This record gives sequence, C-alpha cells and structure tokens, in this order.
Amino acid sequence: MNVRLYLWQRATAAVMAPLVVVHIAVIFYATRHGMSAADILSRTRGSIAWAAFYGLFVSAVSIHASIGVRNVLSEWTPLNERSVDACAVFFGLVLAVLGLRAVAAVVLP
Amino acid sequence: MIGRAAKHRDSALWIAAMVHRVSGLALAIFLPLHFLALGLALESEARLESFLRWSDQPLVKAAEIALVFLFTAHLLGGLRILVIENFDWRDGQKQLATLAAALSAIVAFAFLVRVF
Amino acid sequence: MTTELSVSLWRGAQNGRYETYRVPQRQSQTVLDVVTFVQRHIDPTLSYRFACRVGVCGSCAMTVNGKPRWTCRTHVAKVAGGGRLEIGPLANLPVIKDLATDMQPFFEKWQQAKSAFAPTKTRHDAIARIRPDTPARKAADAAIECINCGVCYAACDTVRWNADYLGPAALTRAWTLVNDERDGGNIARLEAIAGAGGCHACHSHQSCQELCPQALNPTAAIAGLKRRTAAAYLKGEIKV
Repeated sequence: MNVRLYLWQRATAAVMAPLVVVHIAVIFYATRHGMSAADILSRTRGSIAWAAFYGLFVSAVSIHASIGVRNVLSEWTPLNERSVDACAVFFGLVLAVLGLRAVAAVVLP
Repeated sequence: MIGRAAKHRDSALWIAAMVHRVSGLALAIFLPLHFLALGLALESEARLESFLRWSDQPLVKAAEIALVFLFTAHLLGGLRILVIENFDWRDGQKQLATLAAALSAIVAFAFLVRVF
Repeated sequence: MTTELSVSLWRGAQNGRYETYRVPQRQSQTVLDVVTFVQRHIDPTLSYRFACRVGVCGSCAMTVNGKPRWTCRTHVAKVAGGGRLEIGPLANLPVIKDLATDMQPFFEKWQQAKSAFAPTKTRHDAIARIRPDTPARKAADAAIECINCGVCYAACDTVRWNADYLGPAALTRAWTLVNDERDGGNIARLEAIAGAGGCHACHSHQSCQELCPQALNPTAAIAGLKRRTAAAYLKGEIKV
C-alpha cells in the first residue's frame, strides 16, 4: 500500500458510502414487493439515472475491491509484489467488465 | 511459533477490523457471481426471471441474508476507518464498534423478515 | 503456606521451547520479580533484560500470557489466572536468547522512517521560541513520550504480516517531527513514509494504542500522517 493506492481506495469508499445505502434500500424495496424480472427491467430499461448510478457504483467498486484484495494478498499470502499487483489488476478488470456488462444488461432498452 | 494467540485480539476494535476484512473478501468473491446473474438479462427477460425464481429457495435466501449482514458490516467498518483517518480522534470507539455490529445484525434480520 | 505459580518461560532462540518452573507467589509480586526469581534461585542460565525496575525505561517488555507488556509494571495477581503464567520474548523481533530480543530491526525502521530531527539552525542562532499551545505543538507533545520499549511493535498485526511496515513507534515519532516547526526534513520524511510499508499500511486495529504503557496513541498519529502525506502528494510536494 502507498499513498497513491490509499487515495484511490479511500476516495472510492467515500463515493460509494451513499451508493451502498441506496442499494440496500433498493434490495429491501425489491424483495418487499416480490419483484419479478419484468418488474425490475421495466424500471431500469432506458433509464439514464439507473445507468449513471450503477455505472458509477461498478466503476468505483472495481477500483476499491481490487486494492482491498491486493492488500489481503500482500499480507496473508506468500505472493511477491509483482504477482500481487497482477492479481489485483486482473480482478479489477474482471469486476469492471462483468459489472458494466451487467449494468448494460438491465439499462439498455 | 512462540506463544499462543495474543490475547489483545479479543478487543472489540480488532474484531471490527477483522470483520471488515473478511466481509470485504466475501463480497469480492460474491460480486462477479452477482454481475453474471444480472447479465442474464442480456439473453432474455425470461432467463433472468427463471434465475430469480431459482434464488427463491431457502438456502439461497439464507446466503442473501448473510450477504446483507456482511455488506452492512463492511459499510460501517469502512465508515470507522474514514472517520479515524479524517476527523479528530474520538473516544468511545469500542462502544461504537459494538453498536455497528448490532446495526448490521438488525438490518440483516429485517431482511430475513422480508424474505421468509 | 505460600501458593506456587506455574511459570512457563521461553528458552532458546527462535527455535526453542517453553520450560515450566514453580515459583512461590508473593504479595504485590510483579512478573519481573517472577523472572528474576527463576534466574537467581532456579536456573542462572536464563537470559532476560531489565534496567530501572520501576516503569520508566521500557527495557523489561516481554509477552505475558499473550500480550506484550512491561513486566515490572504487571502485577502477577492481575494476570496469573489459575496460578499460571506464560512469558515469552517480544513478538515480531528476532530472539537472541530466552526472553531477550534483538531490537535492531525496530531501530532500523526508525531510521528508515526518517524519524530523526533535521535541524535548521545552529548554536549561533537565537533559540527558537516555540509556543506550547499551538495545535501542532500540542499534537507533537501528545506523541513525544515514546521510550522505544517495543510493546506497540510487538502488538501490531500489520508488522507481523508486512515485513516492510515501519511500525507504530517509528511513525509516531515521525508525526512529532512533522509537527515540529524547527524541523527541516519533512519532504524526505513524508516521502519515506508514503511508500510501501509506510503509514498507509496501518489498518487501525489499535492494538498499539490499547497496549502502549505510556498511553500514547499511534493510531491517531498515523491517521494524521495519512492526511499529511495525502495532502503533500496531491500538491505534488512528494513523489512516490
């Protein structure tokens, strides 16, 4: 961990804190109303707001989680620094690609 | 190894830090699966629907409850760090940590009530 | 009839074992008294470190029932549950012999953190007039009483997990210097603690703060350093 990674991780954490609260509310709302796929998609499809919200969320979590995982690998496994960096970057890309794909899946009309 | 596990690891704040780390790991493992599930909508709405129906079973719901707990705990643990690092030092953190654990449990329990 | 304590002491170097001794329990006995008794009356080959015996030098720090503490300030009655004590050398440091550790890595990290005063004046200049009530001086004073006992370093899990981590004591001293208006070495110091193994490795477990016998707060000092290094980095004053 260094000051650069630290700033990225803390900044994305701060950005995500309110997003997490909203997402928990969304989870509760969806389960309370027993929403089906049709119910969900009718709300998200074509919505710029949901696209922006979850697009931001996915981008932030890809950075945040990959740095977090990097720390854990660095402290709890015998992997060297280069391997740890590589794993972190790979994981971040996986999250970004799958995540933005998932956002597209629900917001594209 | 010299000595048994250090006793200070029974401190509420140390446990808070560990919960924060373990919950982060669990969420990191869960996220790609979550994204893949949502991505089913790319195939068809029916595909997503059948997945949602599959996830209605008790074992999956139990896992979701655990995830909600971990999610809330990770958020609150993260807020602990952001406050320590950006604001003046405050005492009474052990009590706050215990409160955070209770809050996560309450949120998870509320979710349990909703889905069962 | 005096009760007896069952005392396990680490014998050997890094590869060693615990050996058990029976020590009479006495009133107001400290853990240092127990170790001393063993060395004087049972086994003169036991090696351990102490100096003042009265809680001002920090030399007698050892691991007592899993926690790093000053043995001269630890009353047996408070820690010997069921009449048992387990005493080992401080964790996270190489063992020289028995209960004595090699403090060199601890002090090397102190140097690596640039936790030494960098003067800006000479003896020919007027003495600096430092107000004791400025926020910076208060912050420095709150963290200055470290006597390098190593308890925080031994307690820290991040030190254990991360060989590069400079540790709470070195960073706390860096914090006092960052707040010292007479010091001229801040750019080099902030760069030294902004890289791998620097202040950002701290996870705020707060074991250091809980166990520091001088009631210092390295967690808070390190949090302050995180803010300082972040600000300096964003302003382009340091490079990492």
